Amino acid sequence: MLSHASLPHAGGRMGRGGILPLCEVVAMIWLDVLVQGILLGGLYALFAAGLSLVFGIMRLVNLAHGDLIVFAAFLILVTVNLLGLNPFLSALIAAPVMFALGWALQRFVLNRVVGKDILPPLLITFGLSVALQNGMLEVFSADSQRIRAGALESASINLGVVTIGTLPLLTFGSAVLAIFILNRIFYTTAIGRAFRATSDDPVTASLMGINPRGVFAMATGLAMVIVTLAALYLGMRANFDPSIGPARLIYAFEAVIIGGLGSLWGTLAGGAIIGIAQTVGAQINPEWQILAGHLAFLAVLIIRPRGLFPRAVD
Amino acid sequence: MHKVTTRTRASTVAGLAAVALVVLGLVLPAFASRSLIQDLFFILTMLTLAQLWNLIAGYGGMVSVGQQAFVGIGAYAMFAGVILWGWDPVPAILLGGVAAFLLAIPMAFFAFRLQGAYFAIGTWVIAEVTRLLVAQWKTLGGGTGTSLPREATSDIIGVAAIAELFGIRDAAARDILAYWLALALAVGTMAAIYALLRSRTGLALAAVRDNDNAARSVGVDAQRVKWLVFLSAATMTGLVGALIYVQTARISPDAAFSVTNWTAYVIFIAVIGGIGRLEGPILGVLVFWGLQTAFADYGSWYLLALGLLAIVTMLFAPRGLWGLIADRWGIALFPIQRRLILEGARNG
Amino acid sequence: MTPILETRGLTAAYGQFKALFGIDLAVSPGECVAIIGANGAGKTTLMRSITGVLRNDPGMVLHRGEPIGDLPADQVMQRGIAMVPEGRKLFPSLSVEENLLIGGQVRRGGGRWSLDTIYQLFPILKDRRHSPGTALSGGQQQMVAIGRALMSNPELLLCDEVSLGLAPVVIRDIYAALPAIREAGAAVVIVEQDIARALSVADRVYCLMEGRVTLHAPAAEISREAIHAAYFGEPT
Ligand SMILES: Nc1ncnc2c1ncn2[C@@H]1O[C@H](COP(=O)(O)OP(=O)(O)O)[C@@H](O)[C@H]1O
Ligand SMILES: [Mg+2]
Repeated sequence: MLSHASLPHAGGRMGRGGILPLCEVVAMIWLDVLVQGILLGGLYALFAAGLSLVFGIMRLVNLAHGDLIVFAAFLILVTVNLLGLNPFLSALIAAPVMFALGWALQRFVLNRVVGKDILPPLLITFGLSVALQNGMLEVFSADSQRIRAGALESASINLGVVTIGTLPLLTFGSAVLAIFILNRIFYTTAIGRAFRATSDDPVTASLMGINPRGVFAMATGLAMVIVTLAALYLGMRANFDPSIGPARLIYAFEAVIIGGLGSLWGTLAGGAIIGIAQTVGAQINPEWQILAGHLAFLAVLIIRPRGLFPRAVD
Repeated sequence: MHKVTTRTRASTVAGLAAVALVVLGLVLPAFASRSLIQDLFFILTMLTLAQLWNLIAGYGGMVSVGQQAFVGIGAYAMFAGVILWGWDPVPAILLGGVAAFLLAIPMAFFAFRLQGAYFAIGTWVIAEVTRLLVAQWKTLGGGTGTSLPREATSDIIGVAAIAELFGIRDAAARDILAYWLALALAVGTMAAIYALLRSRTGLALAAVRDNDNAARSVGVDAQRVKWLVFLSAATMTGLVGALIYVQTARISPDAAFSVTNWTAYVIFIAVIGGIGRLEGPILGVLVFWGLQTAFADYGSWYLLALGLLAIVTMLFAPRGLWGLIADRWGIALFPIQRRLILEGARNG
Repeated sequence: MTPILETRGLTAAYGQFKALFGIDLAVSPGECVAIIGANGAGKTTLMRSITGVLRNDPGMVLHRGEPIGDLPADQVMQRGIAMVPEGRKLFPSLSVEENLLIGGQVRRGGGRWSLDTIYQLFPILKDRRHSPGTALSGGQQQMVAIGRALMSNPELLLCDEVSLGLAPVVIRDIYAALPAIREAGAAVVIVEQDIARALSVADRVYCLMEGRVTLHAPAAEISREAIHAAYFGEPT
């Protein structure tokens, strides 16, 4: 599983340093749980960032988002196997393919149904989700797969108090970097301005010479690039198979809603909250990992239905 | 002179045909093969689920992706009744309805605070939470699930009588009993929805779907209508879930709470047939069953086809196959639009 | 000389409801044309049809003689027809300066208007340039909306009721910018309900009633009676 059991580290240190007071051991265990949770949250933030972008710009929920992540993971896997490339390079090849796919999906399918009524896009992406899952099942079989990353898989960094896996750290760093870059694009570039204007009011945006359909297609394409990044880490960190998409979609959506519509840093915070809730849950009882994440989400929604850092008004 | 009517000639014919069909359905086991009865059981239960989803989403505008919660909790409640309290499986189906009703209350309380896409995902998350909690229920098999004990399935009320009546074995008689119950649920559900849509509440529901605020401003208590519809649909869905698992006799959280089986396919059935009309799911379930039968030998390709078909329908015939038919020939088997008929000027 | 803009038998409808019944109108380069008419006469619908927000048969709208009636709004704008929409419609997520910049995203080169010259035209905007557009007063928002449309250096500027809801002094300030706009070479179409104001700035006037042109004349030659008749539909 994705959570890292923390007892061995604490135990090991106790062996070296002699007998530590019990409360210190307990504190260290929970510190470890917290750190692992935040790092796990990085993966969820990567799942969520693309969704957040698209949802923020066109209020469109892509129910196939999770399956597209799995699809990208298979794409990377195939590239690794066929060309014998390193996973990171393979992702670099997969990214433009995914961009084109997202662009075309938006341009030729979803643009026809974006609008006030949420039912059509929801149903279309639901159809895509089931089609993708079963298509992948036929092509790649139900077997679990993994993108091999060599020594990186088991590498870790010992920080004394806690031991951090290199891969989880890299995931978190990538999430922060991706969100930073997305934010720069969103707030300092012409295309970002067009994103925001179109999100505010597509008709008036078109009076400014902007083609809203083109903007939407760009946004979905960009989201698919982040999906590729998410897929890279998903595939290297854990086994995946064609059926796991919907669960990733739920984590992603929870992170988006917790963070608040339209706030990318909020999405990172949302991912971290789900990650922490899951590792804390798993620490208490391994079977409660996923449940704890969902309960944290429901709790936030009850307290703040619009999320923690809402930016846009919907 | 004028009067307001919802009746059309097609609907009168359809009404008579429906009665005939129900009678035929009742006596069918006398001469139908066992596999046909099993297929019809599948068709009728999926049809009922699709009608119920159609009621809350198509008519009520509440796009739930969490209907599997009610199927699952209904099935598990039935299992609990049989395994823990020694009930007969058939009356235990009622427990399924009760459990789904009880689950629907907190779910509605929570989900009604959410709008649109949030509502959809919110209901899905609650279904997931229910699944994960049920998986902790060790006496009912935890995460791996369990089966109905042989003693319980061997002497279900009425099975012996059916076996004797048709001169068949118990297993086949069980199928017939389940089929009759499914028929009763399907007919009852559709009759109830039809009656609801023709009532004042049905009008209110349409107003709520089209515009919450406007509905409120003309004095429709939107919230009350939504609660009514959501809770009744949940209860019925729980009954159907329990019935399906009486027939299956084996349960696991992953299967009973499957979003794909109990919500995705159900939604596709409604979409392909036609959202927001009673005829839609009937047509949709036949397409679904046809695809499944025709492509049974080709693995899950038919599910891929189903997904793509739903997309194509949504893009090019958003009112579904029945919408195409109705536009083309102006037929309505279950008319709910009120039409004004002026005496004297009545010519068609 | 070919007009910059011409409509020929332009019709428009919202679903079953017909809003325009065959509008013929022409605007020459550098000209200022006013369109007046009561509420609901179809003025905004006319603007939407010209700018491509509502699509028509190609030949119903001509730009320099070329049919553009079926072009989407973004392509119409790229041909040099910019609009100040009714109700200003600033983008709430964008600052004042970003609102201006987005208007200039498709700039036609060689024109007079840039951020600097817009700030010269409306100096107050420079001080508020980092505020969200919607945090400004109504008059200032209108200045942003006009500046935003000018940023593309259009050859035709359409202004839909720029004085709507503004105090008389503010309206005067806004109209004070008109000579500079015309001097820079743009033809201007002004939709106004304030007839006196329209007559004082326009070269020619069209009056709309219930989707039809009921009066069309040079501004200098129009009598009060003719306007009253065209506006309200009955001779007095
Ligand atoms: N979006 C719309 N949908 C339906 N009818 C509209 C819409 N916009 C305007 N109308 C109708 O079209 C007619 C013309 O409106 P409009 O062009 O806005 O008039 P004006 O700008 O002259 O006040 C009016 O009767 C109005 O009610
Ligand atoms: Mg107007």
